[in-house]
Amino acid sequence: MSSTGAINIAGVSADASAEDLVGPRGARPRRALSRRNIMLYGTLFVIAVYYILPLYVMIVTSLKGMPEIRLGNIFAPPVEITFEPWVKAWSSACTGLNCEGLSRGFWNSVRITIPSIVLSIAIASVNGYALANWRFKGANLFFTILIVGAFIPYQVMLYPLVIILREMGLYGSLTGLVLVHAVFGMPILTLLFRNYFTSVPEELFKAARVDGAGFWGIYFKIMLPMSLPIFVVAMIIQVTGIWNDFLFGVVYTRPEYYPMTVQLNNIVNSVQGVKEYNVNMAATIITGLVPLIVYFASGKLFVRGIAAGAVKG
Amino acid sequence: MANVSVKDLDLNFGEIKVLQNLNIDVGEGEFLVLLGSSGCGKSTLLNCIAGLLDISDGQIFIGDRNVTWEQPKDRGIGMVFQSYALYPQMTVEGNLAFGLKNARMSKDEIKKRIARAAEFLQIEPLLGRKPAQLSGGQRQRVAIGRALVRDVDVFLFDEPLSNLDAKLRAELRVEIKRLHQQLENTTMIYVTHDQIEAMTLADRIAIMRGGSIQQLAAPNTIYNKPVNKYVAGFIGSPSINFIDGEVRFNSDPVFVAGDTKIDVARYEFTGNGPKPGPVTFGIRPEHIFLERGGEDEPFTAEVEVDVVEPMGADTLVWSHMGGNELRFRVDGQTSLSKGDRVTIGFDPARASIFDAETELRL
Amino acid sequence: MSASRRPNQLFRNLTAKIAAIPMILTASVVFVGGTAWTAIYSFTDSGLLPRGEFVGLKQYDRLWASNKWLISIENLFIYGVCTLVLSLVIGFVLAALLDQRIRFENTFRTIFLYPFALSFIVTGLVWQWLLNPQFGIQHVVRSMGWESFTFDPLYNPEIVIYGILIAGVWQGTGLVMCLMLAGLRGIDEDIWKAARIDGIPMWKTYLFIVIPMMRPVFITALVIIATGIVRVYDLVVAQTGGGPGIASEVPAKYVYDAMFLSQNLGQGFAASTMMLLAVIIVIVPWAYLEYGGKKRHV
Repeated sequence: MSSTGAINIAGVSADASAEDLVGPRGARPRRALSRRNIMLYGTLFVIAVYYILPLYVMIVTSLKGMPEIRLGNIFAPPVEITFEPWVKAWSSACTGLNCEGLSRGFWNSVRITIPSIVLSIAIASVNGYALANWRFKGANLFFTILIVGAFIPYQVMLYPLVIILREMGLYGSLTGLVLVHAVFGMPILTLLFRNYFTSVPEELFKAARVDGAGFWGIYFKIMLPMSLPIFVVAMIIQVTGIWNDFLFGVVYTRPEYYPMTVQLNNIVNSVQGVKEYNVNMAATIITGLVPLIVYFASGKLFVRGIAAGAVKG
Repeated sequence: MANVSVKDLDLNFGEIKVLQNLNIDVGEGEFLVLLGSSGCGKSTLLNCIAGLLDISDGQIFIGDRNVTWEQPKDRGIGMVFQSYALYPQMTVEGNLAFGLKNARMSKDEIKKRIARAAEFLQIEPLLGRKPAQLSGGQRQRVAIGRALVRDVDVFLFDEPLSNLDAKLRAELRVEIKRLHQQLENTTMIYVTHDQIEAMTLADRIAIMRGGSIQQLAAPNTIYNKPVNKYVAGFIGSPSINFIDGEVRFNSDPVFVAGDTKIDVARYEFTGNGPKPGPVTFGIRPEHIFLERGGEDEPFTAEVEVDVVEPMGADTLVWSHMGGNELRFRVDGQTSLSKGDRVTIGFDPARASIFDAETELRL
Repeated sequence: MSASRRPNQLFRNLTAKIAAIPMILTASVVFVGGTAWTAIYSFTDSGLLPRGEFVGLKQYDRLWASNKWLISIENLFIYGVCTLVLSLVIGFVLAALLDQRIRFENTFRTIFLYPFALSFIVTGLVWQWLLNPQFGIQHVVRSMGWESFTFDPLYNPEIVIYGILIAGVWQGTGLVMCLMLAGLRGIDEDIWKAARIDGIPMWKTYLFIVIPMMRPVFITALVIIATGIVRVYDLVVAQTGGGPGIASEVPAKYVYDAMFLSQNLGQGFAASTMMLLAVIIVIVPWAYLEYGGKKRHV
């Protein structure tokens, strides 16, 4: 601000000599490299480097051979690009005695994530719809419990769920884990759908009632088709959330069903053998790839999912 | 010394020309209203005058001082916003004092100015409250107070009454008028889309459309002699009747639309006088009268009543003439009904005639 | 559609109720039931399996006598306070910088937010690599000539929690920034204009006008960050595994270890109940301020 003031005075005198008595005209003169801009973009640039650096180092490391890593600098680009670490991470990295690589974890994660998303969104959207449009007695009580439950540390509910799943004969199976994800995804998704359906004009709902549509008729014929964006937002929340989960995976599944994150951790932090940092980083990237792709592809919708999570009530 | 001049002002956002070649001179103590529908650039122009927007070309003078490059705070202006824009976490007193404190004014002077403004606006009992505890009208009074304590010569109002309900709006409108009368040398520029506000408050009105000024004149002139069809249609409620037809000459100029012939010999044509050709003939509903046998208006015709809208004080009658709709006002107590045939009359000299193509006044 | 066939109140609501059964079960059985069950069994001497023998506060006595738990609590406290302060400050500053009508706003926002899409496991492993003293940042700085440079938080029990903090802040600040940016964009443009007319410098406008107006956003961010802090687990597992020794243990890990590794369910229940208590201490005042307070105004 003060710098523009100083330029003003210079500008006035320069202009005054050219066009007498007319004085300043048009836009305030601005320099692209004002002190303010240098500070602003400088700060942003430095912080951006801090944020990008880990991703960069991950990629660079995963493309180097071990000798180069031992000798060189982690920030240096690879002299000789090799994809061997990626191949090894995918197909033959070891966790303990098992040397199948990450691929098994990847497919496990896929088999966990897809049904979990479908189930949790199906349940939560119907919940949200019932809460928004068919308020029944006690609905708000259960909804409040659900929202409060979102703040309770998972650790408190960890063991009771083990017992429930064991009684159902699902403990250790993929189905059990899918159920757990549906349960713990319910608060945020129900909130998301309830808020969205509440914002749909009530007249629309009433008109459908007058036309004779019932609970499911209105849900499938009216609400569902007009709320596709919010389903996409819910999917983004769930893909990243479930793919990135570690705790539930490690608690509720047997080792052969471990999701990718658990397997990744076991590969990298395994104490046996020589540490192969390039393979570790390749494995780390591969694991992070799915949520990253979702993030970069979804853009504004990802942000909307965050905002939805933040607006309570 | 508080006249405001805008010279050759242009404002572009990238490729889009928002304001084009605007020239306005507002005299000291004048009340100018910028009137137009939303998106016409009236608020944008006000923001340019305030220095909140950087203009692309042209100059702005306030009190004969070139302020084109000055910061808003250095322009000697106070501004009142539609959303009040009070600082919500501060008391009323804090709101009034914040700018002054920041300018390092002495405590005594701040106190004196706040006391004076509070008395002026009758907000003394509110000084200790927060904005959230005030009604809309009170908030807007505080917002005016914030401009008042700055002790400036130019007040800018950006749709200050648009967030209020109709009754409060009428009350505060009078108060703003009173304020202007009491602050004799203070220039006021006032943006609104409400033509009643414009007509009641303004010394002069500038009607804006698409980033340029259509007409800048006293309210009466704008009402009686609109320069083009847009201004004629914009001002007045219920709005003016337009009848499409053409001007013909026998010996005198005559407006012809279908079977209807209106003698316009007494109409004051602009410029070189009447020319034959297609025109739009405009006559305001309140200038049309029901004939009661006396037949004293220069033009009369028999029309059929289509719709009757009683509004209490008067009644609006919808009819048709020469293939166009025709609305006119009659006494609130008349008992007309659909299908009635009545004789109406008006003075063509009070009408406005526009070129059908350029839409300019003839 | 005769009048007599019109479904009565009970029947009409029945469909909605049936549709809401998963929610009702989750809320009542898992959330309320599970929490109560854990709290009750924290007073038993459960070991490998939950058992119904009540032993009073014995588990809690043991918990608070355990060195590992005390370190966990201390770590959580340091990590929590620092994360709260850092993410609120950095998040707000980033949002304010992005709000200056800058070029490439979307690019910068995308960069600041992408770590939030990554799992804590990935985050922890990347930073484990960056902070590796043999190859990572310390090595790079030393090889540039500063031989005595030491930066090995993950191998130094004194400061290991700060090493985790760096990774946690890297992962989570983008979220706070997004919340803050939404808050800033929600502020009436006229407020900024009024402040400019009043001649208030930008930093003062932020400090005295904008930040007080954003109180609800700050509180929401605070609650979200705080509940995340209590849960922190995967990050520690991936980055240090609780080490060196037990220097970077956290309560959530203590619970998992007690329940699933050392067959000491009672300790796990007691520790998780303590975590619940900590969350209640954060949540209840907030809920009271946000919702209790609102009701009084209406």
